[in-house]
Amino acid sequence: MKIYKYGDNVDTDVIIPARHLNDPDPKALASHCMEDIDKDFAKTVEQGDIMVGGANFGCGSSREHAPLAIKASGIKCVIAKSYARIFYRNAINIGLPIMECPEATEGIQPGDRVNVDFATGVISDETQGKTWQAAPFPEFIDGIIQSGGLLKSLKARGAAK
Amino acid sequence: MTMMTMTQKILARHAGLEEVKAGQLIEARLDLVLGNDITTPVAITEFEKAGLTQVFDRDKIAIVLDHSTPCKDIKSAQLCAQARKFAKKYHITHFYDVGQAGIEHALLPEKGLTAPGEVIIGADSHTCTYGALGAFSTGVGSTDMAAGMATGLSWFKVPAAIKVTLKGKLAPYVSGKDVILHLIGMIGVDGALYKSLEFTGEGVAQLTMDDRFTIANMAIEAGAKNGIFPVDDLTREYLKGRVDRAWEAFEADPEAEYDREVVIDLSALKPTVSLPHLPSNTKTVEEVAGLPIQQVVIGSCTNGRIKDLAEAAAILEGKKVAEGVRCIVIPATQQIYLEAMRAGYVETFINAGCAVSTPTCGPCLGGHMGVMAAGERCVSTTNRNFVGRMGDTSSEVILASPAVAAASAIAGCVADPSKI
Repeated sequence: MKIYKYGDNVDTDVIIPARHLNDPDPKALASHCMEDIDKDFAKTVEQGDIMVGGANFGCGSSREHAPLAIKASGIKCVIAKSYARIFYRNAINIGLPIMECPEATEGIQPGDRVNVDFATGVISDETQGKTWQAAPFPEFIDGIIQSGGLLKSLKARGAAK
Repeated sequence: MTMMTMTQKILARHAGLEEVKAGQLIEARLDLVLGNDITTPVAITEFEKAGLTQVFDRDKIAIVLDHSTPCKDIKSAQLCAQARKFAKKYHITHFYDVGQAGIEHALLPEKGLTAPGEVIIGADSHTCTYGALGAFSTGVGSTDMAAGMATGLSWFKVPAAIKVTLKGKLAPYVSGKDVILHLIGMIGVDGALYKSLEFTGEGVAQLTMDDRFTIANMAIEAGAKNGIFPVDDLTREYLKGRVDRAWEAFEADPEAEYDREVVIDLSALKPTVSLPHLPSNTKTVEEVAGLPIQQVVIGSCTNGRIKDLAEAAAILEGKKVAEGVRCIVIPATQQIYLEAMRAGYVETFINAGCAVSTPTCGPCLGGHMGVMAAGERCVSTTNRNFVGRMGDTSSEVILASPAVAAASAIAGCVADPSKI
């Protein structure tokens, strides 16, 4: 697994530029993911890699195409200092695992071997021998994650027909 | 009893609760669910994938084809066709296609689809615009739109708030855009993350409705969940003839808790711009005047309303756009376009050498109608100046008011409107 590390305010325009929104197929989106700030990302990313971002990750446009592109690229999890609120909702709604942990965000370096445990929120950096604890999700949001996304949780509750 | 902000009161009412507290997770009843031609197709796919077959209320869904329209390519045309088919199948009352459409956040208030005290979600980040009317409105993604269309409900974390007290009166050539850019410069692009921006103070009465729309529109650029204004006589005047259903104005409790208070003296503000590549990277125009430009865009959900066009026309009247500069003017709705024609603004723009377009979001997101080449720079009345936002990753967007944009078009560089 590899770490892709970016700075603060990674916006949804750089995660997936608007010129590629005319084809919302997740694979097509993934092929252009991050290209405006990291031309190598889409070429080198593999299933199980981890993306690390700074503060306000996913700011800007409401495009759900952004978490869809990251998820379809094979990224297993995003770890950031904080998330812009629409991206946060979208990631949970579509089932892209995200973790909020400022210490891990600062600590993890590109090239490190990192494990994440979604059940406990523990992030372990094997290279540095360090562990961090991500902020837990509120029960209601955890329910959406456990159901496999918002629409599945609504269907399960009988709230949507 | 808990003292509540304006936003909290609206959310409590829509959740059927006496009171709510910041941080509480609630499910609220929706008065309107919005989507556009980029986000609606993704919502439709999710809606169908989940096997849903009913919308909660065909009168409370708005689908506006505004981003890539009139369609810029075949793939965009397919997405519009998908939205059109869905709207027809579910008899969506408020479906706006090319010819009737406009930029969603200018169109919906104009059509009376947004009213004070309502809860509105939209699969577009600038849905926060309707806070200008005292509504709670916020941007969401496509899956939230799909869920909202199916259930008429959405979950929210009740936001804490920042109180923004406005005092004084704007000087000539200073407008709502300068207010919001100044505020974002003060608090940063995540300064209001997850929070409400609640505008208050005697200065509110000095702002036109169009200025308030511009300010609420860019609340998201400070990371806010929503931006909201109190309802006053000007709001009521705006709603007359547009909204005939009952609506309710909410007021913040005088003792409501705020995380922070910011005071802005409107009379001290100067024409302000945001340099690349963040809206918080603000400077006064006088600090950066003279930066050469190749393009100007006047329009968008932020600044494509009639007051914006009037301000630009007043500066461009009898003048010419500088050689080497392309000035693109886009009225935000068909109604605004008509008003601009009747007022003579369109003639002024064309005589000055501007291109005037049918309503579209086009250039704002680098979609079409003004995409930039490598190394080009644009002064734009839009809302974002991220890397690659309007074209090549080496192109640059400087955010500004319509007055600054018009002055810059004439000067061929960033220019102060009072000096043209």
